[in-house]
Amino acid sequence: MEILAYTAVELSEKIKKGEIKVRDGVDAVWDSINKREKDLHCYITLEKEKSYIQAEEVQQKIDKGELSGPLAGVPFAIKDNLCTEGTLTSCASGILRNFVPTYSAEAVRKLEAAGAVIIGKTNMDEFAMGSTTETSWFGVTRNPWNQEHVPGGSSGGSAAAVAAQECFAALGSDTGGSIRQPASFCGVVGMKPTYGTVSRYGLVAYASSLDQIGPLTKDVTDCAAILEAIAGFDKKDSTSALRKDTDFTAALQRGIQGLRIGIPSDYLGDGLDAEVREAVLKGAKLLEQEGALVEEFDLKLVNYGIPAYYTIAAAEASSNLERFDGVKYGYRTKEYEGLHDMYKKTRSEGFGPEVKRRIMLGSFVLSSGYYDAYYLKALKVKTLIKKAYEEAFSHYDVILGPAAPTTAPRLGESLSDPIKMYLGDIYTISANLAGLPGISIPCGTDSKGLPIGMQLIGDCYREKTLLQTAYTYEKAKGGCKVEKKSLSTIDFESAEADMRCKNDKTI
Amino acid sequence: MAERITDEIIDYVSILAKLKLSAEDREQAKQDMESMLQYIDMLNELDTDGVEPMSHIFPLENVLREDVVENGDEREQLLKNAPSIKNGMFKVPRTVE
Repeated sequence: MEILAYTAVELSEKIKKGEIKVRDGVDAVWDSINKREKDLHCYITLEKEKSYIQAEEVQQKIDKGELSGPLAGVPFAIKDNLCTEGTLTSCASGILRNFVPTYSAEAVRKLEAAGAVIIGKTNMDEFAMGSTTETSWFGVTRNPWNQEHVPGGSSGGSAAAVAAQECFAALGSDTGGSIRQPASFCGVVGMKPTYGTVSRYGLVAYASSLDQIGPLTKDVTDCAAILEAIAGFDKKDSTSALRKDTDFTAALQRGIQGLRIGIPSDYLGDGLDAEVREAVLKGAKLLEQEGALVEEFDLKLVNYGIPAYYTIAAAEASSNLERFDGVKYGYRTKEYEGLHDMYKKTRSEGFGPEVKRRIMLGSFVLSSGYYDAYYLKALKVKTLIKKAYEEAFSHYDVILGPAAPTTAPRLGESLSDPIKMYLGDIYTISANLAGLPGISIPCGTDSKGLPIGMQLIGDCYREKTLLQTAYTYEKAKGGCKVEKKSLSTIDFESAEADMRCKNDKTI
Repeated sequence: MAERITDEIIDYVSILAKLKLSAEDREQAKQDMESMLQYIDMLNELDTDGVEPMSHIFPLENVLREDVVENGDEREQLLKNAPSIKNGMFKVPRTVE
């Protein structure tokens, strides 16, 4: 079978058995990049030379028996807001166009310790603010399923790179849906773990109380294996959770007899595309056939998630992004009169419009005289949203719904109306406010051949419930299969579409 | 409803945000903020009297450690990222006359 068709875990298995070399997997990925990257632009930085050096080191460790985990030798892509020692980390912003970190993010370090080979850094919305990967200073990424459409965002480069087989798996970050929504748009699996599960050390902060790192993968098994590798307490992140149950691959079992699944009625209401609705409900039906008890219920406050989120996220962003001032790193304006002029010009030239919009809003809601009316109000609503979820999880084990109201929009359609773009985050955003884990898994395609994602949300620390449910769904569906009719409309080589269709004859 | 985002507020916010706005940017920012605040006003439909604000979802405490230097000397490396340096230090425009 073609190497690119393997999942990350399968690839590593073949390497450890000695059937192929680490180098072969890396070669395959570079072939794929050569063919498709110029059209798609998944990456901001590619590290070809380094990837082969790393591949060689990993191969030696595997040969000596020092590396035996499920990710040994797997080529990875890393979102460009995760620091990588010695490699440009730009956050897709002009202000960090030349920033080369002196250390790697803890999640990246852990992945490398597990034998990952880093291929490069993926494109994203500037500072992870956006839902389409169109706000990148380096230009847009295109959706591998249809290049006229966006890949979603903000982890759009990571999702597109996995879908286009320009890597075997990727890391992203999710502040309001930035892993789950692009996963949905690109037909891959994406998971945001419970807040505090993966160390944020070395993740350039957007909204610190909401940011969380997670995997984007070809299937649920890869997702569990990667999460297991990167999760864990880290004293370098003061919000890191002390949890021991990070053996996520133990949850990869088919069986959800008696699982209680609730579908919020508001997740199926106005604004939801009919084809997305149909595919998601079909997914729910399949889980019902597998033994789950599925019913609709009223999850309160769904519409209030977005205004609360944008208030809180903008407030935190305005504070976090104060550090970009052209003094210690990054871009500095060329001409200025005095320190404050330098700050202002540097920031005005360095940040894009969406980032400035959020910094301005955040500065306003935190300012004296408006703090109580806006910021504090949003924090109180957050408490109410958290309570609504607590109530929901006293009745249900899993909350099911779409990851996004539509499939991927066309390029250029979203940016003109910020509020409309923000509304696209409605199903993902409140999981961040409440700190909950969520996963998006492919559940079909629409009539245009664009992927649809089904989202599962769990209570805090219940990633295993989500993974087991997702795994059961994947198996029941017959692997990550795409309906035949859609394949003919997809504008890329059938070999690549193949990846989604194989994979059933697992283990 | 009265205009909330006046020119004075935009000036004040751009000082807080350390951003220099052109005349065109200012008008755009006024519009953008006004429409976002109108949207955010939706939160006022909810009665939050007596509700505790939640800044973090888990109860957090300050994480303390011994005051011991753990990181090595990375001065050279760190300065490589600086836009301007002098004698091993960051160089900035004169701040005190």
